[in-house]
Amino acid sequence: MSKIGLIIKREYKFRICRKSFILLTLLMPFLFAALVFVPMWLASLGEDENQTIAVIDDTGRYASLFENTETYTFLPVEGSMAMYRERNDREIFAFLHIADDLAKNSGAAVLYSSRQVPRTLVNIIDQTLTDAVREERLQAFEVPHIDQVIRVVNSEFHVRTVKWGDEGETQESRSFEVAAVLGMLTTLLIYTFITLYGSMVMQGVMEEKTNRIIEVMVSSVKPFELMMGKIVGIGLVGLTQVCLWGILTFVLLWAAQFLGGGAELLAEAERLSANSAALAEPEIIAGIEQLLALPWAKIMVCFLFYFVGGYLLYAALFAAIGSALSHPEDSQQFMTPVLVLMIFSLYAGIYGVENPDGPLAFWASLIPFSSPMVMMMRLSFDVPFWQLLVSWVLLILSIVLAVWFSAKIYRVGILMYGKKPTLREIWRWTKKT
Amino acid sequence: MLEVKNIIKQYSGHLALDGVSLQVPKGQIFGLLGPNGAGKTTLIRIINRITAPDSGEVYFDGHLSQPDDVFRIGYLPEERGLYKKMKVGEQALYLAQLKGLSAREARINLEEWFNRFDLMSWWNRRVEELSKGMQQKVQFITTVVHHPDLLIFDEPFSGFDPVNAELLKQEIQALKEQGHTVIFSTHNMASVEELCDHIALINHAQVVLSGSVHEIREQFRRNRYRVVIQDPGSAVHAEDDAYTIEKQMRDDRYIRMLVRKNPELRNSELLTLLSARYEIISFEEAVPSMNEIFIQTVSSTGKSIEK
Repeated sequence: MSKIGLIIKREYKFRICRKSFILLTLLMPFLFAALVFVPMWLASLGEDENQTIAVIDDTGRYASLFENTETYTFLPVEGSMAMYRERNDREIFAFLHIADDLAKNSGAAVLYSSRQVPRTLVNIIDQTLTDAVREERLQAFEVPHIDQVIRVVNSEFHVRTVKWGDEGETQESRSFEVAAVLGMLTTLLIYTFITLYGSMVMQGVMEEKTNRIIEVMVSSVKPFELMMGKIVGIGLVGLTQVCLWGILTFVLLWAAQFLGGGAELLAEAERLSANSAALAEPEIIAGIEQLLALPWAKIMVCFLFYFVGGYLLYAALFAAIGSALSHPEDSQQFMTPVLVLMIFSLYAGIYGVENPDGPLAFWASLIPFSSPMVMMMRLSFDVPFWQLLVSWVLLILSIVLAVWFSAKIYRVGILMYGKKPTLREIWRWTKKT
Repeated sequence: MLEVKNIIKQYSGHLALDGVSLQVPKGQIFGLLGPNGAGKTTLIRIINRITAPDSGEVYFDGHLSQPDDVFRIGYLPEERGLYKKMKVGEQALYLAQLKGLSAREARINLEEWFNRFDLMSWWNRRVEELSKGMQQKVQFITTVVHHPDLLIFDEPFSGFDPVNAELLKQEIQALKEQGHTVIFSTHNMASVEELCDHIALINHAQVVLSGSVHEIREQFRRNRYRVVIQDPGSAVHAEDDAYTIEKQMRDDRYIRMLVRKNPELRNSELLTLLSARYEIISFEEAVPSMNEIFIQTVSSTGKSIEK
């Protein structure tokens, strides 16, 4: 086996076998699955409790308008507030007192409760009373067929967006939300991956240096092989972890369908989505259609490319930083510029979603340091082929350059001990042959 | 085995090696001596191809040193380290394979060495669980496991307890007997006298003294003798220009003296002169120790350079 192969194997095997890696790899999918299931479960929990709201309507015009929901039952009652207050009935969650004609006296409705009143309840009451008052006021104008007029006037309008393709064909523009969510997800994944595994490269290099094993190593392998072996090895660990997460999460979600609790939850989820589908069926279907219409093959290939490319670019920098330092305490100062670059890229990606063809997103998706994060964001909204090509070529070129540059720093840095070098000294290292 | 010709190496602002030339004969133990910062480690790194010299050449076994030559070198650096979290055996296998052994060869050789050093039961333990002495042994094994023709030990005895240092000395001797060439740098002059056949003394980036240990000690003979005589009861003093007594010390019934003889005088003549006057208990030549030679050379060359 070649030496670089040996180094990759060691880095890979050593890290894969670590307890922390195994634990994190196994636990994360549960966390992902929990992120899906726990909110559903909590939502279903809340609905088990049914609260009774007593409505004391002095006018007698509003009490019948309240519709019971899954959570709240509205109960019209007689009597005075003072009487109920004295009785202190725990069965009743809240008392709604409507003292006067609301069209004339808007302050006449008051909600009393001994507990904190949830926002949703207030919203229901507000909505019902607003509608009632509006209806009343409209009726007061005594315009004939006012109901129909209002219904016609209130119809909402959605503009259709159509994008002209290069070959003259037209296509329905993609749903903004679906593309944005996908872009956000891939961008975040790449960002997390680079930060996590890039700093692992740095720590690995520093460990070798502070351990002083480096001198033995460089007497048998070239520093370049050592650096590349480490970068590739750790990158493979990361890819393995991401793949395992993907597979395990999928398996977990799938398995959950067959388990008792899971089935109930899923049924619940279906019922919930069925409810909302009933409300806005065409939109959901359109969303799914658009999700399917996304250029998945292109997105997958690009994701893999930017995932690996971005990692290589940053890992080379991290390796150079690690080699230049003798004390972990100094790392912050040298890391900061790199981290600023990464955070800028992430924000450029997040803000780029507002205007995927705008100047910020455009330039940031071509410039190598931010392109892995920003281009992924733009990709779900068609990107012209030439831009993609330029972005790829620039990224590949800068990886080669960064590796070459870092290798020079690395070669000198790993054998330098003592005080931390100044940037000027590091610059001088790169010029040595 | 190894020849270093006219090596110059400059680091930013200071000269680490200034025209250093050395010859290391095959199958011998070569001591590389010199005070801290003299340039020993730089020279060793150049021989190991870790750094390149600004000018000058290294010849390995007759040819100009090539990248593959590092497989024939075993190097134990002064600052030693291992991957702390890795298992001992795995790590040794890894390092041995990086030195060009196949996985199978590496395992066979390592098991032999581990058994010899009684470390086999530690094979599957993590390095950080080992005592420092054991880590040193593991490190030594990884240096020699690929049967290199040339072994370079940089300060091998630092950090070893006396028992392990003795073990190490024996192993170095054994390696020499098997035909390996050994270079080691050290401050420990006693070990130089014990082990080295040849030495080179580096001071201020230059070789200031080199040759076989025997020749060098010969060269530093100063016609001095340690003589012990029975106390004659009267004052002892030099009689004429044949010899001078540089030091004398009364010790119970004896007087210990350091006598310097006239270079033309033969030993037996000096003995005759002395024995005519005193009862001689013992007589030996005061050959300077390597330690004395080291200090003397370093301080004299240090001064000449400062001028």
